[in-house]
Amino acid sequence: MKIDGARVDYIANLAQLAVTEEEKQELIGQMNSILDYVEQLNRLDTRGIEPTAQVVHTSEQNYSWRADRSRPGFSQEQSLGNGPATGSGHFKVPKVISEK
Amino acid sequence: MDLTKLTARKIRGMIERGEASAVEICRAFQDRIREQDPEVQAFLHHDNDFALSQAERIDRMKQAGEPLPELAGLPMAIKDNLLIRGLRCTCGSRNLENFVAPYNATVIDRLASAGAVFLGKANLDEYAMGSSTENSAFQPTRNPHSRNHVPGGSSGGSAAAVGAHMAVAALGTDTGGSIRQPASFCGVVGMKPTYSRVSRYGLVAFGSSLDQIGPLAHDVEDVAGILKVISGKDPLDATSLAVDVPDYAGGLGQPIEGLKIGITREYRQSGVSEPVRTRIEAGLKLFQDLGCRLIEVDLPHTDYAIATYYVIAMAEASSNLARYDGVRYGLRIPGQGDLSSMYRETRDAGFGAEVKRRIMLGTFVLSSGYYDAYYLKAQQVRTLIKRDFEAAFQRVDLLISPTSPTPPFRLGEKTSDPLSMYLSDIFTITANLVGIPGISLPCGRTPDGMPVGIQLLGKHFDEPVVLNAAHAFEQAGGFDP
Repeated sequence: MKIDGARVDYIANLAQLAVTEEEKQELIGQMNSILDYVEQLNRLDTRGIEPTAQVVHTSEQNYSWRADRSRPGFSQEQSLGNGPATGSGHFKVPKVISEK
Repeated sequence: MDLTKLTARKIRGMIERGEASAVEICRAFQDRIREQDPEVQAFLHHDNDFALSQAERIDRMKQAGEPLPELAGLPMAIKDNLLIRGLRCTCGSRNLENFVAPYNATVIDRLASAGAVFLGKANLDEYAMGSSTENSAFQPTRNPHSRNHVPGGSSGGSAAAVGAHMAVAALGTDTGGSIRQPASFCGVVGMKPTYSRVSRYGLVAFGSSLDQIGPLAHDVEDVAGILKVISGKDPLDATSLAVDVPDYAGGLGQPIEGLKIGITREYRQSGVSEPVRTRIEAGLKLFQDLGCRLIEVDLPHTDYAIATYYVIAMAEASSNLARYDGVRYGLRIPGQGDLSSMYRETRDAGFGAEVKRRIMLGTFVLSSGYYDAYYLKAQQVRTLIKRDFEAAFQRVDLLISPTSPTPPFRLGEKTSDPLSMYLSDIFTITANLVGIPGISLPCGRTPDGMPVGIQLLGKHFDEPVVLNAAHAFEQAGGFDP
């Protein structure tokens, strides 16, 4: 079994997710069953096979180039428009640096 | 005359000849939505005045004697992961429940210039993750042919809106079959174009090496007409390619005699349900009657496609969804007053179970010590799958299969077992892994009256071949063989 309670806590921490005890138990079962299914990939010998990250942009002709010039973007108002907490032209967040 | 049963071409023609105004047509669809949508629940939200103002613009052009654009007055549903300036874009998530799009997706700009009218935003599985639209945080959509069955997903709202004649056409997005499978379940045509064919600027990202936007409609010619409008290079999306956009609709009607269509041995072997198999066999026979040659081909790594797909899609999802941190947009839960608890509480409250599961698995396969074993391995197998398709396309012009191994399933049937939901994507996900275009076409119904879809896959940028074969099938009565 690849995923136990401690592993769920560790991954949840990496992914910045809060996980309740009940969710944890469910995730242990579901993640293990999905990873067991994925295990079949190990039946294939992939030594020397290059990985495919994307499928179409395979040569330099396909790359997208553009001049590095400034161009119009969002106004400050537009950028902040969906912010859950804003003020003085900024996004507000809780204090990041602790006093200790 | 029932205005809601028309095609895009007929609507434009009627407006051009003055037989109906764009506003009348728009209102007919708004009435239809009012009447049908309380049951089908295809739309998450709509702005009737916004739609009418678009229609009025078309009527003013007509009155001024200006030439009408190609999709003039076309009433469309837009999947709610595509941005329309000034309208909410929720992605079916609590997290974005109140997010108002500050700009238009490129596809929206292009469709608006072509005269389309946006009736509303269509339901989807949260962040397009799912195959039934049951993962929407707001409502399940129901199949227009049976209220107890799912419409498919994740573009289930788009497909159901078209299937229930609440829109003439729709945009969906397809990361692993999310246009084609709901098109199949709702008895409409749906196309996923070649990766990079359509700009994704303004699409909320899920799996960036897999996502494509595409049209759904009642017939192939409408799909072709919409595809032409949305295709082509966009400076705002570096993954879009500057490949010429042919006149897809104008290229229809060519004979398909001699076309070589590949059937995979895997289709013969895998668990395709009997009512689906019966319809597909009838569809294959029709292609033969039209002069196509059916050729057996091998795609030996198909068995590994689902595992490969889910590792890659979850990895990309976990990375793309890292942006929802409660700082710049979306939900924020203050937590205990520190940054870390704000992130966690926000993401916990904002994401549904399937999205969390995928973020967890995606984070795991990318984590130190597991990256090579899972993510890199899946990318290598992706290479093998790609080679299978390259070899097959040396021998054939198109590949054919059912779109889904089963007819539409019942609401709730697969929600408790995520893996069984994933397994139903077997015939669609390879097109995303390989980046090729695919279309789902209606192919008759099961004895219970549920739609069955047949899928054609083509080579990169071979949309004209795919569409032409689909059109020939449709014209020969294949939608109801």
